[in-house]
Amino acid sequence: MNSSAPRPPAAAGSRAGMKKELPEHFRSYKHVWVFIEFEQGEIHPVSLELLGEGRKLADRLQVELAGVLLGGCGAALTGAAGICHSYGADVVYVAAHPVLADYRNEPYTRVMTDLVRKFEPEIMLLGATVLGRDLAGSVATTLQTGLTADCTELAIDDERSLAATRPTFGGSLLCTIHTLNFRPQMATVRPRVMPLPAPDTSRTGRIIEYQAELEESDIVTKVIDFLADRNSESSQLAFADVVVAGGLGLRSAENISLVQDLAHVLGGDWGGSRPLVQKGWIPSDRQIGQTGKTIRPRLYIAAGISGAIQHRVGVEGSDLIVAINTDPNAPIFEFAHLGVVGDATVLLPALTEAFRSRLAVNRLAG
Amino acid sequence: MRIFVCIKQVPDSAQIRVHPVTNTIMRQGVPTIINPYDLFGLEEALRLRDRFGGEVTVMTMGPPMASDSLRKALTYGADRAVLLTDRFFAGSDTLATSYALANLIQKASENWGQPDIVFCGKQTIDGDTAQVGPGIARRLGLTQLTYVSSIDEIDPSHGTITVRRRADHGVQVLQSRLPAMITMMEGSNEIRRGRIEDALRAASAEVVQWNAAAAGITDLGHCGLRGSPTVVKKVFAPPSREEKATLVGEGAANPAAVANDLITQIFARQPVLEGDLMHAAARH
Ligand SMILES: Cc1cc2nc3c(=O)[nH]c(=O)nc-3n(C[C@H](O)[C@H](O)[C@H](O)COP(=O)(O)OP(=O)(O)OC[C@H]3O[C@@H](n4cnc5c(N)ncnc54)[C@H](O)[C@@H]3O)c2cc1C
Repeated sequence: MNSSAPRPPAAAGSRAGMKKELPEHFRSYKHVWVFIEFEQGEIHPVSLELLGEGRKLADRLQVELAGVLLGGCGAALTGAAGICHSYGADVVYVAAHPVLADYRNEPYTRVMTDLVRKFEPEIMLLGATVLGRDLAGSVATTLQTGLTADCTELAIDDERSLAATRPTFGGSLLCTIHTLNFRPQMATVRPRVMPLPAPDTSRTGRIIEYQAELEESDIVTKVIDFLADRNSESSQLAFADVVVAGGLGLRSAENISLVQDLAHVLGGDWGGSRPLVQKGWIPSDRQIGQTGKTIRPRLYIAAGISGAIQHRVGVEGSDLIVAINTDPNAPIFEFAHLGVVGDATVLLPALTEAFRSRLAVNRLAG
Repeated sequence: MRIFVCIKQVPDSAQIRVHPVTNTIMRQGVPTIINPYDLFGLEEALRLRDRFGGEVTVMTMGPPMASDSLRKALTYGADRAVLLTDRFFAGSDTLATSYALANLIQKASENWGQPDIVFCGKQTIDGDTAQVGPGIARRLGLTQLTYVSSIDEIDPSHGTITVRRRADHGVQVLQSRLPAMITMMEGSNEIRRGRIEDALRAASAEVVQWNAAAAGITDLGHCGLRGSPTVVKKVFAPPSREEKATLVGEGAANPAAVANDLITQIFARQPVLEGDLMHAAARH
């Protein structure tokens, strides 16, 4: 009776197995859609990551990839549509309407469901952001279709069905979920889980404008203010090229500064494992892992972190993982690329010094 | 105010073990808890009741033993607890779960009156989907207010509410209308320590128990495995990487030597990074 915990895999001939036939009225559903998150005049990077992923799915299915853009200002949306084209979209559906200027669940749900009913996509991907999670559940419920949250892998199986793999039970297991006889097949993916594709600015595509019929007076919820985060010092964690993080092996709150110092010298950002948040040593927006931030830096240095699966899933996309741990049997050495068996409180300052002089020396030489 | 709080009993996942051979969850002996995210809604509900009067009803869909969590919620001070339990609900995905819970809420409304607010957890720690709350809101036509960090103003008599909602780049201040489905951000409050009287009352209180029929659910096609559009085809352990970490600095004389070895190795594997870091350092 779990809302989302894994159920036993469907055996052939079981009730779930019988769901295979796609009902007639869904057979016309075609093409892969990505909901493009567009706020404060900017496309959320997760949407571009999803265009990269959607492109692969569309190619495999030999269908088109479409971006769906909602917003208040037509000109800004047209500009954003061009970016979608360069990231792989063949088509961009654009719904410009003053009511859509700020995200609100009600009008966004209405326009998204109307678009789906009219243009019939077979797959719809959204970012598992605050906005995406708020929207995806409403849209899927309205359309009465399947939605798989926080996927880490998307593929098309031999029956043209979307195989959406996600961690479950705190990351201890993965499960692959299908929506066999409903359309569209919906999935969300967290930021930084998929790589950002390289844009091709010479790519072009079509824009299909959609005239949404909305009245502000019909919308119950009003946005009366928006308090933008002051370029919050941590907001870059998910996008930093270099991340240094500490775990319980740091032993005290004071030693967080060792992590910060190294991150600073490397021009990167810093974070920590969940217990540090629970102890109040670091703020919660610095938590790295399944229930914190997913990171994809070029270099990740983990100091005094054991490498529990919930941490692992948040860092595995890093290009190079370096672990410092006193325990040679710590699980982190199973997925780190480079390891040092040793005391982080000693090695972090040594690394900071060594990096500082190396980068400074090279600067003089260069 | 009349407030409903949806909770879920979840395994204390810190203690979950996966069977190494069969890849099944070993639930035996794993203690259960109220999904931690639900407690922020429960506390907010109790505060509103303390301020405006009224009652707080906690509810869940789950196996019979989920009544433990409901009883726990009573010890915090909830006034009434309802459990929806039936084998027809087994295997529900989020869509089927929101169907069952929406029906449960409707039935509870017939018995005790329409709620002003339905609180749901932002997400659960076992499923982690954040889909059930929005699903319920949609089915019942409730105003959907997710990721709420504080309720700034509420006027039950006029049915108006102003909340702060955590968005990706800042905080939205939203003015809206009741009835609403609200999910609270973690850290927005802290669950109280229940009073002795509540603990005593909870021990002997009746947990109202309904099966599908009692909750007025006649269309079982929307329930459980049958009512779930998603199908779990495969459950497996994350693949382990073949190669383990290359250990650096073994036998080095001092930490500085280890650090230098490590840096050499890092840049050997990420040659472009060195130049980029230098450019960045030069710009500082
Ligand atoms: C549902 C769920 C979600 C979770 N989400 C997350 C998440 O998002 N992120 C997350 O990080 N965790 C998460 N966790 C917690 C996770 O399971 C681990 O408990 C946690 O990651 C462990 O943190 P740690 O490595 O800092 O501490 P520990 O596991 O205690 O490891 C400390 C490590 O430091 C080493 N050490 C000790 N002294 C030193 C020293 N002087 N120098 C170097 N090394 C030293 C030890 O050998 C040990 O390996 C989650 C758990 C659950 C159940």
